[in-house]
Amino acid sequence: MAVDLPENVVVSKLDELASWCRKNSLWPMPFATACCGIELMATGASRHDLARFGAEVFRFSPRQCDLMIVAGRVVMKMMPVLQRIWQQMLEPKWCISMGACASTGGVFDTYCVVQGVDRFIPVDMYVPGCPPRPEQLIQSIIDLQDKIQAEGTITGKEFDLPSRQGKKRALIELPVITLPGSGRPTASEGVLRVGRH
Amino acid sequence: MVKVGLASLVPPYGTVSRVAAIQNRKSKIAVIQPETLNKLKAAVAGVQTSEFRGEMRAVVSKAEVFSALRVLKEECGFDLLVDITCVDYLNYRDAVDRFGLVYLLASTTTNERLTVRVFLNEPELSVPSAVPLWQGADWMEREVWDMFGIHFDGHPDLRRILLPEEFTAFPLRKDYPLQGRGERHNLPVLTRNRS
Repeated sequence: MAVDLPENVVVSKLDELASWCRKNSLWPMPFATACCGIELMATGASRHDLARFGAEVFRFSPRQCDLMIVAGRVVMKMMPVLQRIWQQMLEPKWCISMGACASTGGVFDTYCVVQGVDRFIPVDMYVPGCPPRPEQLIQSIIDLQDKIQAEGTITGKEFDLPSRQGKKRALIELPVITLPGSGRPTASEGVLRVGRH
Repeated sequence: MVKVGLASLVPPYGTVSRVAAIQNRKSKIAVIQPETLNKLKAAVAGVQTSEFRGEMRAVVSKAEVFSALRVLKEECGFDLLVDITCVDYLNYRDAVDRFGLVYLLASTTTNERLTVRVFLNEPELSVPSAVPLWQGADWMEREVWDMFGIHFDGHPDLRRILLPEEFTAFPLRKDYPLQGRGERHNLPVLTRNRS
């Protein structure tokens, strides 16, 4: 039996409705550590008008954010801070790795610079560029919105998929050398491959 | 329509006025006076001095470095410690010593400048701290300790200043690999489950 709907009633799935709400109200957490942060600020400013995509509300408290934008190189001393901020953000949350340094370490292939934040926190989108133009960052936000709409569920069970839990490339490629007992890498125990990883 | 060139809009901040400003500056670096060096040589044994492009350098021995710095500060008027830094001469051509510790001194009254060097070799990588003379030496010596592992005896608070406290190496030494020994990879990993 057909049911007549009034004109102002729309039927949808709850998952899609939740994803639609989430994707259009992303609240970015600007983790800006280098020159990518300048482009991030430009993206949020009036000229590029991130409000068109519902992601203009930058908050400096992780408790109020659901989109981490890592803009700039992250050194190993900064990594625990980044992880703590990531843990303090509310679920569901996503992460954009903005620029060459955040994604791969960039030209800073040195002892203290983390070679890609995805080795230590989950990343959903990578933005190439050094630094990327605001248009590129906006495109990544649009792509992230498509991703949220495509796979999002109201309970967030897409985050529990095995594909989201897999080990990242660094941990497959690079052995982590630890001394028995101390938990610290040393020279005497062996040196990592030096050169291009 | 009147076309306005860019050049007519730019205020005269260009090279010409800047060069004139530098030339008119009163505080030029002064040539070091011979009596200043004579005072140092009279007070401290074994000081070698040399000049390079108008700048005077002095090399003192490890045992005499503190007394030399004290004479330079209290009697020769070098009241400003500009910097303390270090050079690792490992695999450097014609180098005899491993480390060259460098003190850059300046006098704010006479505008003289002097570079004081001390050469150090393993295993005796310690010199007296200059903090009793210049308070500003505190963080400079901490940085040299952090990067090169030169120990400053008598320093009030000799901790690492830039690297994490649990770091074990001295990364600006030439025998430390540029990509490190795995410190940058040896961090806890957060997955979606654990975050």
